[in-house]
Amino acid sequence: MGSARTRYVHGVVFDDPDTTLVAVRALRAKGYVLDDVHTPFPVHGMPQALGLKDTRLAYGSLIGGTIGLALAVWFQIWSHASDWPLVVGGKSMSAIPAIIPVSFEATVLLAGIATVGTLLAACRLLPRGKEPASLPHGRVTSDRFVVLVAEEDGSFLGPEFTALCEELGSVEILQSWRTS
Amino acid sequence: MSLAHITSEPLITGPQSYTKITDSLSQPLERRAGKWWWLGFFISSCGLLLGIVMVTYTIMTGIGVWGLDRSVGWGFAITNFVFWVGIGHAGTLISAILLLLRQRWRTSIARSAEAMTIFAVMCAGIFPIIHMGRPWLAYWMLPYPNSRGSLWVNFRSPLLWDVFAISTYFIISLLFWYVGMIPDFATLRDRAGGWRRKLYTRLSFGWNGSTINWRRYDKACLILAGLATPLVVSVHSIVSFDFATSVIPGWHTTIFPPYFVAGAIFSGFAMVATLLIIARKVMHLESYITAKHLDNMAKVLLLTGMLVGLAYTTELFLAWYSGNPYERFTFLNRAFGPYAWAYWLMFSCNVFVPQLFWFKRIRRNLGVLFVATLLINVGMWFERFNIVVTSLHRDFLPASWSFYTPSFVEVGILLGSFGLFFTCFMLFVRFAPVVAIHEVKHTLQEQREEGHHGVS
Repeated sequence: MGSARTRYVHGVVFDDPDTTLVAVRALRAKGYVLDDVHTPFPVHGMPQALGLKDTRLAYGSLIGGTIGLALAVWFQIWSHASDWPLVVGGKSMSAIPAIIPVSFEATVLLAGIATVGTLLAACRLLPRGKEPASLPHGRVTSDRFVVLVAEEDGSFLGPEFTALCEELGSVEILQSWRTS
Repeated sequence: MSLAHITSEPLITGPQSYTKITDSLSQPLERRAGKWWWLGFFISSCGLLLGIVMVTYTIMTGIGVWGLDRSVGWGFAITNFVFWVGIGHAGTLISAILLLLRQRWRTSIARSAEAMTIFAVMCAGIFPIIHMGRPWLAYWMLPYPNSRGSLWVNFRSPLLWDVFAISTYFIISLLFWYVGMIPDFATLRDRAGGWRRKLYTRLSFGWNGSTINWRRYDKACLILAGLATPLVVSVHSIVSFDFATSVIPGWHTTIFPPYFVAGAIFSGFAMVATLLIIARKVMHLESYITAKHLDNMAKVLLLTGMLVGLAYTTELFLAWYSGNPYERFTFLNRAFGPYAWAYWLMFSCNVFVPQLFWFKRIRRNLGVLFVATLLINVGMWFERFNIVVTSLHRDFLPASWSFYTPSFVEVGILLGSFGLFFTCFMLFVRFAPVVAIHEVKHTLQEQREEGHHGVS
């Protein structure tokens, strides 16, 4: 129970992507800690404005694809040349051209499944019956853009912060939307 | 931002705002279904029911109830299979290849094109399975350890490559389609009440629109597009290997893979255009699926129609140039034999009809465009019919020559596959957003940055 370290997260609501982008840059320049920005669509330049590092999702795809390729090549050569050797059309039993199509398909299949699996796992997306508690505003999936500003000492709950947000064009402020 | 973008026609028309996009794209799902929807659903489900009855009859009795004979072993079933797989390809082309090429006009039509892919591949998959005669043993196509050795499947057979290609294609398309819909299901969830809210809560997987997630999401979509692009080319190439690796005159040609891929895109685009011309009207999506979108699709049809025409004439030329009497006979037989009507129907619908699209006035005339896309669909079905049937019905031994005519069961199953396709599509337009809501908003933002300010 670290009551001394209560972390308040305020939601600053905007109604335009460009205003939001300008506000995010301005708030960060002033030294505020921004947790995230919830938007109805991917806003160009927002991850950079938030200072997010590039996602490593592609590694998941790479691993999946490699496993798919290795498994398909090994299984085809093993089953046709070793487990049940079979000559088809007088070709070498481990002829490569004949195994390309299935190897390619298996690579794509496992890479695709790995990509989606990594995405769902990283974003904690699951078919739950409960609505997400992390949704800051009911219209964030429609036409609202919510910047999550975090603080640890309650120092800007006052009018100064409100004035700044209004100056930046916010339409609403969700005071202490979440504490952690 | 190039000049071309600034001067180009807006892709989303009318007074617009993000709120309005959410409203106008969600409302068709929130209203009660209109009488046109019920009529369409009724007709499609009757077709589906007919198909179920005919497939059941086939399975209970055996494929002897079809019109296949000693030389034509691949009749309607394989024609329909290739036709439906081809229809699916435009969906992947629009959603993946045009995404990689940054063609923004794809956003409004990608979702329904992807749905079309899923449903078309479902229809396609039915045919080879029932054609086996013993569909309850369909799992024999998979390499599983068994008590016969283990006896493995033959990985050197293009028919087996097909099993892998089609199932991979179906799974990847399904994942791509579903991932694309997650944010839109969240949009619907946050607007809905009652059981619809419960449904969309489950379907949206807890999506919250966070930028951290959007960044991963964009990356995942890009990777899936990158995977789907070579996949779509591989799938119809592999379908064409079913024919090309045989030694039957008319099938044994190296031109088949590119010819099949071009034909697939051609037929698929025609089907997307047919569906969208109806959907935009019935669902009032004219601001999102504009004349510009249909114009672009007509241009793709013109291009791919000419590619297909090039393939037809190359085939004819090479049949003559090869000096092979069997090859020459097959093509003369196609063009002037008992199925000549099917050949020239194919040629006119696929090569001559798209030539109309040189004219902008025709590309923008919905009535003409609609009829033309229907004709192209007919033509592309007959292309597959020609490849399958006319190459087989007069084989090397004149004593076994035959004239293949489908039985009512085969016709019923073909109609049934259309029933399945349209029933699925009807359900899709009722329960999922036909136009990708979040993508259209993104397009609106870009359009605004480039100076097409809608009055909002």
